[in-house]
Amino acid sequence: MARLTISDVSITFPLYHAESRSLKKTVFAAASGRVGQDSRHRLVVEALRGVSFSLKSGERLGLIGPNGAGKTTLLRAMAGIYEPTGGRIVIEGALTALLDPGQGMNPDLTGNENIRLRGLFGGASAAEIRRLQEDVAEFSGLEQFLDLPVRTYSSGMVVRLGFALATAVRPQILLMDEWLLAGDANFLGRARERLETVVKGAEIMVLSSHNAEILMRWCNRLVWLEGGMVKADGPPDEVLEAYLPPDQFAQVSAITPIEV
Amino acid sequence: MPSTTKAPSGGALPDLPQVIITAESGVGAALEMAVRDLTESWRLRRLAATLALFDIRLRYRGSLLGPFWLTLSTAVMIAAIGFLYARLFHQNIVAYLPFLTVSLVLWTFISTIATEGATCLTQADHMIRSMRMPHSLHAARVVARNLLVLAHNLIVVVVVFGLYHVVPGRSTWSLAPALLLWLADGFALCLVLGLVGARFRDIPPIVGSVMQIAFYVTPIMWNPSMLTGGEMHVLRLNPFDALIEIMRAPLLGQGVDGSAWVIALIYSALLAAASFYAFLRTRPRIPYWV
Repeated sequence: MARLTISDVSITFPLYHAESRSLKKTVFAAASGRVGQDSRHRLVVEALRGVSFSLKSGERLGLIGPNGAGKTTLLRAMAGIYEPTGGRIVIEGALTALLDPGQGMNPDLTGNENIRLRGLFGGASAAEIRRLQEDVAEFSGLEQFLDLPVRTYSSGMVVRLGFALATAVRPQILLMDEWLLAGDANFLGRARERLETVVKGAEIMVLSSHNAEILMRWCNRLVWLEGGMVKADGPPDEVLEAYLPPDQFAQVSAITPIEV
Repeated sequence: MPSTTKAPSGGALPDLPQVIITAESGVGAALEMAVRDLTESWRLRRLAATLALFDIRLRYRGSLLGPFWLTLSTAVMIAAIGFLYARLFHQNIVAYLPFLTVSLVLWTFISTIATEGATCLTQADHMIRSMRMPHSLHAARVVARNLLVLAHNLIVVVVVFGLYHVVPGRSTWSLAPALLLWLADGFALCLVLGLVGARFRDIPPIVGSVMQIAFYVTPIMWNPSMLTGGEMHVLRLNPFDALIEIMRAPLLGQGVDGSAWVIALIYSALLAAASFYAFLRTRPRIPYWV
């Protein structure tokens, strides 16, 4: 049983490289009202404030909220990248985070070289890396491009490569940003199929998206973030009803979730 | 300060890895996290080596000689400097050229580690922000990369030794501990400079200037035997001098001065302590800084 527990997590970003601090301070303060100073009088942004929830096997959580609400920061914190400045995160299970299409790939290296690096990161043997390369080549349909630098790929090709690579491993906890569901129609059809098997295989999924349709389809629980705090937490239809304007909610309320 | 513990899961959770990240302060937790980061890097050493290999390959991709440009440029530089400075310093070329070759190759290793180390974390910002991975891996990558460069430059050393019939002496065995010390120092130097360089962005150019000055006050182009006894004692306070001496002397077939080893070990201990302390204190903040 995989579990992911977030208790009272707060994250503050220091603004170290603010060149004209007073100006930035004014602008940020006016824009969000979330710029403060910490105990040492450094300028900080409070990206998350006291976020708590826990996920158990079978839960597919959607994160919703306006830009700058802290969705990506929360995903990064759950992935263990940003260590919180307050609170506690407990991750039980093998976790994969798909945060951006590039996923830390080096654009100057070829597709195959990037796949090899990813394999080594996962502790794969030479044979496993070869299998990974074959699997990614077959699924992404990029066989003839994998020996070229990733820099030369179109953005759609980068998404394909990133998606194929990310979904080649079967995690127990899967964290995704919405980029995964962007791509050309032909690829999207295959991607959806593959993603479904991964999501079915994963015990816990967390998806951050602005797209209500996607959230209705993929999630069985939604957390609405605003200003770095949890504004609502519950079943998708209830949260969306409060979040969306009535006419938009009417459009998505008929969508049935995927069978898992 | 946040901390992580990877506890063996109990009976109910047979095979799940567990990671706990808390913001609790405490030296014990921070220490455990720092040590875990280092052991994880050791476990991922193949990744560090491959990253280093790709770095070199990338730098010379599409060039005719590939990484052997490193060998060639070192050879040309040593030939040019060697014959000129042997005349300027009234040195016998037979003794001076092997000395200069070894010194310069070793110095290139140290100074490149220092300058590249200062950006080892900021350059890896993509990787740091996209997945949880040990931060000390990025320092190991820089050391591995420069070890590869050193290997290419060793060809020049071998050729010069062959031309001037230099045979490493009986103290050659001491090269093994010296190399280990060098690797440990290189790693510690990268880590501490990388941390400071990520927090304060004016550090990398400062490191460059400091290494430039260090190049002139360290016996690389000039031989320490040109100094008087009293001056030699002052020179010995230069950490780079002691470190180079413990590698250079056995290679040139000379006996290693015991005091050089003592000084090298003292400086290395100080460097390791400073580096580990900085890592202990700042490790959780790295993703916020890069």
